[in-house]
Amino acid sequence: MPDLLRRFRRRHRRDGPLACRELVELVSDYLEGALTTAQHARFEAHIAGCENCSGYVRQMRETLSLMGELPTESISPHAERDLLDAFRDWRERPS
Amino acid sequence: MPSTLANVYVAAVPDEHALVERLRQGEEDAFMQLVASWSPSMMRVARLYVPSAAVAEEVVQETWLAVLTGIDRFQERSSLRTWVFSILVNRARTRGERERRTIPFGALAGAEAEGEFDAVDPERFVREGDAVGAWAAPPVRWWEEPERALDSGEAVRRIEAEIAKLPEMQRLVITMRDVAGLSSEEVRHALDISETNQRVLLHRARSKVRAALEDYYADA
Repeated sequence: MPDLLRRFRRRHRRDGPLACRELVELVSDYLEGALTTAQHARFEAHIAGCENCSGYVRQMRETLSLMGELPTESISPHAERDLLDAFRDWRERPS
Repeated sequence: MPSTLANVYVAAVPDEHALVERLRQGEEDAFMQLVASWSPSMMRVARLYVPSAAVAEEVVQETWLAVLTGIDRFQERSSLRTWVFSILVNRARTRGERERRTIPFGALAGAEAEGEFDAVDPERFVREGDAVGAWAAPPVRWWEEPERALDSGEAVRRIEAEIAKLPEMQRLVITMRDVAGLSSEEVRHALDISETNQRVLLHRARSKVRAALEDYYADA
């Protein structure tokens, strides 16, 4: 599994500064709180000094915020009513 | 996760055990509140597999009936949401994509998480020299230009279109996590996929949706 190995090593390398191109691969894990303490520190050190990467993180936050706004439709009142009837029948089940 | 998103997410239940007991006892208020609260997110997930809102509604209804049938035997080893959404996803999938239903989610997830992936087009970074790996074409700061950011309706449509284009597992994971608001643990248990694969799929899906949104604002 060379891909997995490469990703693993990229993710866990501690030495040296993070390049912007590497940082973008860590953004989701950063927002998930899934980075190790050392990775988290490298990540934050980088964005503190890099306007482009902090812009990238902001892009991701904006994207997540918009995804939370996708319109939702629920089931119809008629379908809810059917479920209520089904629930009442079910409630009478033998125990 | 920014807390401002919480209002549109499927509501977490403060005391799940108590709720499960109320359902078992036949408290219809408890059931109907849960139906009202979770069905919109369930419709979203069902729609990933079925062509119309009408069919999605049937899948959601069937799921609630299956919940009633199974609640006495529900062991509470997973959260109630995990259990409800795992029933939903499997039913929606069976209903929607007959030919692929035999491939377990875990195997599909593994396949989608493999291979090289670039969150951002490599062309946008410096290729050589001292600044290798630095941004050559920096991220578009669309929030700084209100006239661009004005029409969030169109932006939301672009996001929906991009999600629809994602491979199955990425589409499922991003919808359950970022649209429906389930936790990573809930998603991974509901789909029976590994934690690593859940994270990789989410990363790939979010990166693609972000890229589509940036393209939209760059052209606007």
